[in-house]
Amino acid sequence: MPPALRSSRTTLALTGALLLLLVAAPAAFGGIFTFDEQGSQNGKDISFLYNITLIIGLVIFLVVEGAIIYCLVKYRARRGGPDAEQIRGNTPLEIGWTVGAAVILVGLTVLTFLYLGDITDPPASSANGYQAAEGVQFATRDQPKPPGNGALEIDVNGQQYMWRFDYPGSLKGEAERLYSFYEMVVPTNTTVTLNITASDVIHSWWIPTLGGKADATPGYTNETWFKIEKPGIYKGQCAELCGENHADMLARVRAVPPDEFRAWAAKQGADIKAAQVGLGLQRLQGVGSE
Amino acid sequence: MTATAPPPAGTSSPEVTLRQIKEPQTGWLSWLTTTDHKKIGIMYLVATFMFFILGGVEALLMRLQLAVSDNTLVNPHTYDALLTMHGTTMVFLFIVPVLAGFGNYLVPLMIGARDMAFPKLNALSFWLFIFGGLVFYASLFFDPPGAGWTSYAPLSDDAYLQSGGIDAWIFLVHLTGLGSLVGAINFVATIHNMRAKGMGWGRMPLFVWAILIYSFMLILALPSIAAAVTMLLTDRHFGTAFFDTTGGGDPLLWQHMFWFFGHPEVYIMILPAFGIISEILPVFARKPMFGYKAMAAALAAIAFLGMLVWAHHMFTTPTATVVLVFFMLSSFAIAVPTGIKIFNWIATLWRGSIVFKTPLYFAAALPALFVIGGISGVLLAIFPVDWQLHDTYFVVAHLHYVLFGGTVFGIFAGLYYWFPKMSGRMLSEGLGKLSFWVMFAGFNLTFLVQHSAGLSGMPRRIYRYPEAAGWEGFNFISTVGSFLLGIGVLITVVNVIRSLKKGRRAGNDPWQGNTLEWFTQSPPPENNFDVVPLVRSVEPMKDIRREVEKSTAAEGSVAQPVS
Repeated sequence: MPPALRSSRTTLALTGALLLLLVAAPAAFGGIFTFDEQGSQNGKDISFLYNITLIIGLVIFLVVEGAIIYCLVKYRARRGGPDAEQIRGNTPLEIGWTVGAAVILVGLTVLTFLYLGDITDPPASSANGYQAAEGVQFATRDQPKPPGNGALEIDVNGQQYMWRFDYPGSLKGEAERLYSFYEMVVPTNTTVTLNITASDVIHSWWIPTLGGKADATPGYTNETWFKIEKPGIYKGQCAELCGENHADMLARVRAVPPDEFRAWAAKQGADIKAAQVGLGLQRLQGVGSE
Repeated sequence: MTATAPPPAGTSSPEVTLRQIKEPQTGWLSWLTTTDHKKIGIMYLVATFMFFILGGVEALLMRLQLAVSDNTLVNPHTYDALLTMHGTTMVFLFIVPVLAGFGNYLVPLMIGARDMAFPKLNALSFWLFIFGGLVFYASLFFDPPGAGWTSYAPLSDDAYLQSGGIDAWIFLVHLTGLGSLVGAINFVATIHNMRAKGMGWGRMPLFVWAILIYSFMLILALPSIAAAVTMLLTDRHFGTAFFDTTGGGDPLLWQHMFWFFGHPEVYIMILPAFGIISEILPVFARKPMFGYKAMAAALAAIAFLGMLVWAHHMFTTPTATVVLVFFMLSSFAIAVPTGIKIFNWIATLWRGSIVFKTPLYFAAALPALFVIGGISGVLLAIFPVDWQLHDTYFVVAHLHYVLFGGTVFGIFAGLYYWFPKMSGRMLSEGLGKLSFWVMFAGFNLTFLVQHSAGLSGMPRRIYRYPEAAGWEGFNFISTVGSFLLGIGVLITVVNVIRSLKKGRRAGNDPWQGNTLEWFTQSPPPENNFDVVPLVRSVEPMKDIRREVEKSTAAEGSVAQPVS
């Protein structure tokens, strides 16, 4: 039946065109085939690893789809056409593509190892960053301590359904006690290391433009870091199903210049203190009136 | 076969001494009490397709909810229930048992046996699966589970989800797991002991190889999940704290035990589909399978490596880097045998004389779609990249390219290929091809854009998202695609129901198949074969057709054109 034959050939050609479009598209629509622009070096490195692997993957994709479409079009059974060749295998060819696949993967492994250090190990803060208190003990398990001084350490705690951020001892006298919910304020050009845990179920800390995610697991401390150059707001949300309001467990990181950070820390610290004093007074009055 | 007893020795007059004739059962009772592998196989296929429709409806409800931003169609409680029911249904009540259904129907026929090794155990497997499904769906009437098909502790613990739905989920895993375990042992015993004369390991059909390896993987992986859900059950009700940090337990223990089962499960779900298309492609290309031995070896290699990659689901957990590196490398390694399979399928088509029937369409789509899931799988195996993509819609897209683009297209290929054998009637080619193209377009429309949603930061398992997130375009396209996909599936359902009565008669061997199931009638008689031919190659039916051709040519007859 020639019409059916023609129509499925058209569909094959259309499929081919669609695949071509897919390859040409990354240049035209960045952010659809690749990550959004990253605000921290570890995110940029991860993004680079992804892009390289994606390009290798696209080549393999084209070869495989091309071969399938070529065979289907070229070797369709036709009246009076050649009989199928009874080929049962070809050892050199089979060894060839086995080794070929292995070589590509070894290449990817080497590439990953080249970038791994830059992704996992926090760098030093820049000179124009916030200078945190010296001699801070970093609670690191697997992630090495950032070199030099001046890195800021923040404890992240996931709770149904919000994030709490505690700034332990690395502040330089701006506040006695500092914490916040939902919004994490950090200084720019400063390495920020995060100790991530949870106090109820498992959550996952993720700001898509600040490097990868890290699960917040009760009983464990997970670690990651970022170092932001451009001031701004970086949004994210919990990435591990944690209950009904999982979708509403939002977080954001506000990066501000070090001076502004100092001012914020002082004000937030003072507010917390005032609130605590107020609470203490309330309690005292409550006791008195009873 | 019949129940007529031989005349007792020593009696001279012909006397009827038969005491009882077992009446062949008919009607619904014959299905309830059957131990015939073919009837059990058909019951598996019908029941699993019903669960497939249920799981599909759940998916469409989720797609409707996500079609636009800030949608209020379903509340978060219902949404969590939907995502849990959808995942659980598709894994435990559709894909794994539908493959058991194909295996049940086809393995004895393909190896020239009259039934499975243990027919009664076979029936037990089926009924355990059915009861597992009933227990699970009964939770709809009180409170369905809402912790995802992975039911991560401590969310699934009684402190956070008191709902009996989680308990229903636990019983589903136990019942279907026990059914699969018994079934797997049955397959192993059957395949090891009941092959036709001449069918050595090197002449066994690749589908039978795939079912054998599927069975070994089930036997190795299922005890881990059975233990895990038992521990969860005692944590929930009997005061233990296996997964509860406040009692000295460990939430990561659940993840290790779950994925020690869960990742082999992925290969359990794909290998038989690989086996199905390894039967179909050679038949329609009119060529032998390219690299038969490499194909069987690759199945075994995938199964072995598949037992060693489970923690690549846990790259974002607090785990030492050296462990992450190990699981990255083992996940890379598995891409090699998978690549071999894809190349061998293509080489099977190469220089063939390809007959374009519906089974070929679905079978050729499998490598074309699976390769996308394979490439995104390599991306996800690089653990720093996984830190970015884990638990996003990129992973949702990846797993659907593997399990829908791979397994479900393979299952549809198998349905179109073997339906004539099972029913004696052909499915409509026109409806079949229409169903294929609608499904192919709908599938890619649904899942291709989900990669982009994940890349731009959309996590999975969220019931709503704000307009400002910028994910609405992707989600709307995906929802449109999912309904197209649903229509494509429905066309096949209509095709099947219509063809049961109106389909063209198939005859014994409508496709010029290679394997022994085409030697017997369609549908096969209860004893399968009156004579089992001697197997002399991996394509016994091809040998038989050649013999017939030779003998008819010798008599000068032109009775049947064979090639």
